[in-house]
Amino acid sequence: MSIKKISKEQPDKFEFSDENLNLAKKIVLNYPTGKKKSAVMALLYLAQKQNNNWIPLAAMKYIAKYLEISYINVYEVATFYSMYNLAPVGKYFIQICTTTPCMIRGAYKLVDVCKKNISEKEKEFSGNKNCSWTEVECLGACISAPMAQINDDYYEDLNAKQFEIIIKDILKDKKPKAGSYRGRVNSEPEKNRQTLLETKNA
Amino acid sequence: MLEDKDRIFKNLYNDLGADLESAKNRGDWSNTKEICSKGQDWIIDEVKKSELRGRGGAGFPTGLKWSFAPKKVGAKPHYLVINADESEPGTCKDRDILRFEPHKLIEGCLIASYAVNAHKCYIYLRGEYYNEGAKLQIAIDEAYKANLIGKNSSGTGWELDIYIHYGAGAYICGEETALLESIEGNKGQPRLKPPFPALVGLYGCPTIINNVETIAVVPTILRKGSNWFASLGKPKNTGTKIFCISGNVNSPCNVEEEMGIKLKDLIEKHAGGVVGGWDNLQAVIPGGSSMPMLSKEISENITMDFDSLVENKSGLGTAGVIVINKDQDIIKCMARIARFYKHESCGQCTPCREGSGWMWRILERMAKGEASKDEVNMLSDVTKQIEGHTICAFGEGSAWPVQGLLRHFKKEIIERNNFDPLVKNNKNIPYLIDQHILEEDIKNVKS
Repeated sequence: MSIKKISKEQPDKFEFSDENLNLAKKIVLNYPTGKKKSAVMALLYLAQKQNNNWIPLAAMKYIAKYLEISYINVYEVATFYSMYNLAPVGKYFIQICTTTPCMIRGAYKLVDVCKKNISEKEKEFSGNKNCSWTEVECLGACISAPMAQINDDYYEDLNAKQFEIIIKDILKDKKPKAGSYRGRVNSEPEKNRQTLLETKNA
Repeated sequence: MLEDKDRIFKNLYNDLGADLESAKNRGDWSNTKEICSKGQDWIIDEVKKSELRGRGGAGFPTGLKWSFAPKKVGAKPHYLVINADESEPGTCKDRDILRFEPHKLIEGCLIASYAVNAHKCYIYLRGEYYNEGAKLQIAIDEAYKANLIGKNSSGTGWELDIYIHYGAGAYICGEETALLESIEGNKGQPRLKPPFPALVGLYGCPTIINNVETIAVVPTILRKGSNWFASLGKPKNTGTKIFCISGNVNSPCNVEEEMGIKLKDLIEKHAGGVVGGWDNLQAVIPGGSSMPMLSKEISENITMDFDSLVENKSGLGTAGVIVINKDQDIIKCMARIARFYKHESCGQCTPCREGSGWMWRILERMAKGEASKDEVNMLSDVTKQIEGHTICAFGEGSAWPVQGLLRHFKKEIIERNNFDPLVKNNKNIPYLIDQHILEEDIKNVKS
């Protein structure tokens, strides 16, 4: 189980924006009547997006009220799942997969790049406050190892040199392009592809 | 090698486009109505005859699973749930189906929903696959717009709604009952079985849960016939499978191949061979991190199917092949996998919650050479204490890889950790010895 740190500084109030309120209404309709509770995960995402990528306690209370469930119900969900940030993270939140398939292809070299360029420790801000990083468990792109997720996008087939360029761009508030950094197409083998050749050349 | 005409996922590498138009050109949705008109029994029977086994890891026969759903809808509605919470280290096959073949999945959802009497289908997608989810949603919207799903899906008269439910980074939600808990808005902690989800599942209603790949191959099986599918692979291990080959290979890739292909062919023909040559191979994890590793000797001749891997004390799992060459420290590799399980244990059952941490800490010390001789047996004992003593299969999943390491690399571990424990004289040290007894013993030894 992972330990979650909850931010000591908390805003007093949280309310959904009108846009999110509309979305929340639609999300609740995805589930049968009387099963509003199912929407809690999706609503936590909305709150996280609205609040600079982290969820304050006020938002959990707000969601509990909105779904007519107890506060602890929302709290236990928010603390159980690792993708809910309960303390502020950078505008660019970098998650490096370091599970074995990535590790054996050099994921810890990417971690070193983050330590050098962003902050010595995980989940701490860079000097200019716009970036933070963390190690995560398998992100499900093992054939593109080593890889990192920056906000919603996957950056694949990286090496330390390229990753340093990416990080430096981000620190300058410039978003580099996502995808493979060895220029390969999706998940095909880089060299000597043996299958579906007709469609490739079609 | 499998011929291209027998490959199901023609757009695995997105050469052809993932949109509805391109999917139709590949044959998706071509005669869905006709297939459904043959009736539920026929569909379930065909899937049974094809001997399709679940592609999510456990390999349970799909047709049999479907037949567990009540034949008539009672007071409670039925649900179909698709498990797209792909988080097993080494596995990234469903991602490509979601990105590039979403219509195969959606059509499969319709046929499966029809077969098990479900009008609602939830696709539980791992939260990190945000972009893949967006692409899947586009495909679902396309299907609604073309009346392929919805009130009168594809003209069958069947009503079907498909919703995506995003997870949020919990590996355990790939376990089917934890997944249901998660959809219901709870922590993802597995339920006791029985009752099985087929009778008491989502919201207490009959629910069939299948992996993405399992559902996505169903339309093609019904179109080409169960005989065609059963003719591929080996008996009881039929059809094709997407293999993900990652780790120390020259060209890591996803590839759809026949079940029962030789592991060596998979690595050498498709993935460009082991980095440093075949002789540089140290071990292979054949089915995602939960499956025990294979030594180089076994890897030489093993075929990739459920049964022959079980014979070699491993398993096909999700078919995520992780190749580890001799440049890697094998103990460190497994220590990292143990850390993964420590991180992802849901905390419900004590043996798993505590044991996964124990295994990780012991392995970390073993990697550094700081463990004592007798800890090798202690580690083996811890794995046995976890295995079979938990609600769900996570216990086995965390214990098996460590057992695999001990089976094939015990010598290496002992060589590196070759010192005697603190108290030498006492021959029968219980593992959970109280510290004060230990200290007294030391005093006795000294005096």
